[in-house]
Amino acid sequence: MGHAQHNTDTLPPNPEKATLEGRNKFLAFWFFLGGETVLFASLFGTYLGLRNGTAGGPTAAEIFDLFLVFIMTTILLTSSLTSVFAMLAMKKGNFKQMLVWMWVTVGLGVAFLGLEIYEFYVYVGYGLTFTTSAFGSAFYTLVGFHGAHVAFGIGWIVTLLIRYRKSGLTLTNAPKFYLASLYWHFIDVVWVFIFTVVYLMGIGG
Amino acid sequence: MSNSQALKKSVLWDWLTTVDHKKIGIMYLVAGAFFFVLGGLEAMIIRAQLMFPELNIVSAQAFNELITMHGTTMIFLAAMPLLFGFMNFIVPLQIGARDVAFPFLNSLGFWLFLFGGILLNLSWFFGGAPDAGWTAYVPLSSAEYAGTGLDYYVLGLQISGAGTLIGGINFLVTIITMRAPGMTMMKMPLFTWSSFVSSALILFAFPALTVGLFLLMFERLFGANYFIVEAGGNVVIWQHLFWIFGHPEVYILILPAFGIFSEVLSTFSKKRLFGYSAMVFATLIIGFLGFMVWAHHMFTVGMGPVANAIFAVATMAIAVPTGIKIFNWLFTLWGGRIKFTTANLFALGFIPSFVLGGVTGVMLATSAANYQFHDTYFVVAHFHYVIIGGVVFGLFAGTFYWWPKIFGYMLNETLGKWFFWLFFIGFHLTFFVQHFLGLMGMPRRVASYLDGQGLNDLNFISTIGAFFMAVAFVILLVNIFVARNDKAVADPWDGRTLEWATPTPVPEYNFAQTPVARELDALWYEKMQGNKKLPVAEPLGEIHMPNGSILPIIMSLGLFIASFGFIYATYWVSVIGLGLTLGCMVVRSVKEDHGYHIPVEEIKQDKEVG
Amino acid sequence: MEPKLNTNQPQVNLSKKEKIKLEREMRHQIITFVVMIFFTALAFMSVASDLIPASFAVPFILILAVIQVILQLYYFMHLKDKDHEWPNAFMLSGIVIIIPMVAALMLLLGVVKY
Ligand code: HEM
Ligand SMILES: [Cu+2]
Repeated sequence: MGHAQHNTDTLPPNPEKATLEGRNKFLAFWFFLGGETVLFASLFGTYLGLRNGTAGGPTAAEIFDLFLVFIMTTILLTSSLTSVFAMLAMKKGNFKQMLVWMWVTVGLGVAFLGLEIYEFYVYVGYGLTFTTSAFGSAFYTLVGFHGAHVAFGIGWIVTLLIRYRKSGLTLTNAPKFYLASLYWHFIDVVWVFIFTVVYLMGIGG
Repeated sequence: MSNSQALKKSVLWDWLTTVDHKKIGIMYLVAGAFFFVLGGLEAMIIRAQLMFPELNIVSAQAFNELITMHGTTMIFLAAMPLLFGFMNFIVPLQIGARDVAFPFLNSLGFWLFLFGGILLNLSWFFGGAPDAGWTAYVPLSSAEYAGTGLDYYVLGLQISGAGTLIGGINFLVTIITMRAPGMTMMKMPLFTWSSFVSSALILFAFPALTVGLFLLMFERLFGANYFIVEAGGNVVIWQHLFWIFGHPEVYILILPAFGIFSEVLSTFSKKRLFGYSAMVFATLIIGFLGFMVWAHHMFTVGMGPVANAIFAVATMAIAVPTGIKIFNWLFTLWGGRIKFTTANLFALGFIPSFVLGGVTGVMLATSAANYQFHDTYFVVAHFHYVIIGGVVFGLFAGTFYWWPKIFGYMLNETLGKWFFWLFFIGFHLTFFVQHFLGLMGMPRRVASYLDGQGLNDLNFISTIGAFFMAVAFVILLVNIFVARNDKAVADPWDGRTLEWATPTPVPEYNFAQTPVARELDALWYEKMQGNKKLPVAEPLGEIHMPNGSILPIIMSLGLFIASFGFIYATYWVSVIGLGLTLGCMVVRSVKEDHGYHIPVEEIKQDKEVG
Repeated sequence: MEPKLNTNQPQVNLSKKEKIKLEREMRHQIITFVVMIFFTALAFMSVASDLIPASFAVPFILILAVIQVILQLYYFMHLKDKDHEWPNAFMLSGIVIIIPMVAALMLLLGVVKY
């Protein structure tokens, strides 16, 4: 019963949840995000417990570059909006437009990741490495886990975009794109706390 | 099997690629039983060593490895998979579903667990097993004090933990979306309810372990400094992460066992479960409170008096919903027509045993007194009372109750009763005296003790009790073997829930027509209405089934290979392993697999034969 | 098996009402985005400027972060829509659970006694 057959040329209004399979995926993915919340909370807690453990190495206030982080934040926030646009295009049935907005999202994600790598490179230059101090380890672990999520998200979305570049919207691929966009938003949710708790509180308190 | 395609394939290939929840359930049960035997043998060596003072059957190092592997194996590789086995086989049947929501992920979860378990146990052959206790506290588990065994621990648990998380999400979605028409949440059998809450706990607890294990791995392999005090680290972080996972974990284990007892007690009392909605809410409250109490394992760390007091009170609060459950079980029995089957004996034996474990739990929660009890045999006695008297009794009750449905034959009741009584007596002999050993000051995790300290007699009794349990378990194995020709009927216990409405053996599509559940205990309700059969929600039609897949094994194998790369710092091996796993993920995502359909004629044929 | 559709044409059958709804949603999302950018800028400025003391800035930026995340979850990720009861239940449970977790990891490390 997984695949409702549509013999006409139309799909129902929320194609991402129209089949049982789609609905299952939708729920499972939200639950997975609930688990990810605990995963990142563990990393945040560890970072907060260790952020003053600098062991004579560089401290947060000494090295963090607010301007760079602001640019990164803006890029990631914008990519969140473009993936919203993609989903709106999907709901309107405009598959081509959806693909375009998804590609824009990927592009912004790559830009973000590039800046993050550059940022780490600069900090290592200041003498803060993964092994310098507990603070260094906790910082790179938390921000690195987020970066790894961004990288995975890019790989995932690109795989979908290539696989379905010509297929048109179907009841099978609509849930896949929808989940990928949820994942992308969640990455942004985590980043909001990273820029606040790690960077801003690192500089200002 | 009814599927003509499947006939062509070899039996082995069929099991390796199966996505059928019943076969996966059986594989969980078999693998879990194997690890249970392994952990049990380790326990016997431990107890033999402690039978008399100053024995030297194994070295102190080997002893530490044995207790670590015993605890880790029992929790992660025996108790959890055995429960997962029952959940897999029974929950879809109880809710009237054809399968779980994600058959492919279900099989992936199983293979991840199995490869993780094998990886962990391979440590015995490659430089020694982990030796820092199942809790792996730093700095004992750090690169400075522990060898490669700990790397096997970290990676083995990481892989099997991923499998557990996948399984948990799968059950949550299955129970939410796949219920038969008419079965509202508040009409679900209690085993399904407790599996649901247990899965939710898995979802929120395992990520904390994932992070803890990653940190330990990064520190041991890549020189990170989270737990190294000179570098600004703090060892208490590990303890928090471990127990944020670890305390919910014990509820992950006990809640499904509670569910089994609820089913068994009401079936064999011929009564509806007393206080069904109170039972459901008590389960939810226990699940929630399970996340608010983890620091009761850390009273002696020095968090401070207010922190200790808060966690002490929160812990004691759990006694309230648990007490509600105990009373509801007693009231279920009250006035019932009780049948003393082996399954029911385990359920009845559970009640006083578990209460004892609960009482010592409240004693341990008294934070001031905990300074005295902590890390003594009192703790060992406590957690074995809840874990064996609760979880293992539940597993044995479930074994005797569901065996006819799962394996198609009846276990022998006479042998079953021998098994129960020997195990019950042995269990109390072993662990009751350990309370006093603990109060007398015998620390846990010691490889031996001196003569003349008044510890000899009780240790001797404890070991004799352990041998009783071993003999009892052998009787169970004998039972499984000798009873194999006693074919079971579809509904041998005059059951109440939907799994007993399926034919035995259960066809791969479970229900030829999706049933309608009109009441709690849907099958019993129809029996009482005088209906021979359940009402159905659909006409007989072809049934859509998912295809099997070999990818789950390859994905698990990839992570298994990658782990060796990490342990021995040959990262190209890790790259190959991870590449294998990721490659399979891409294949899975790119290849649309729409499954196949079982034609109506085949279903009709099955019906005539069955 | 499934309909292969011309990718240029709208394929989803939308009623007039649904079209209006989508237009409105588009406007809401853009407003949400503008608010989020504004909050982000506000947070960065309150830390960057020397005029604002840390004792005010820290709780202030934390509140801004929480509001931003609520906007993300409820608007961008549609938690506010109907049919999201279970996602809401599980996300909220997760959030309730992580509060004592993070507090403990931050504070209860045996360094300062509470
Ligand atoms: C079959 C009978 C069993 C016997 C005779 C037994 C015996 C023991 C003994 C002697 C210890 C070592 C105590 C110490 O020196 O600190 C121990 C530890 C432990 N056992 Fe068992 N056990 C049994 C079953 C189980 C089961 C079924 C579970 C869990 C499902 C379990 C979980 C544990 C754990 C978690 C530890 C702590 C390991 C550690 O200290 O790291 N045991 N057990
Ligand atoms: Cu606990």
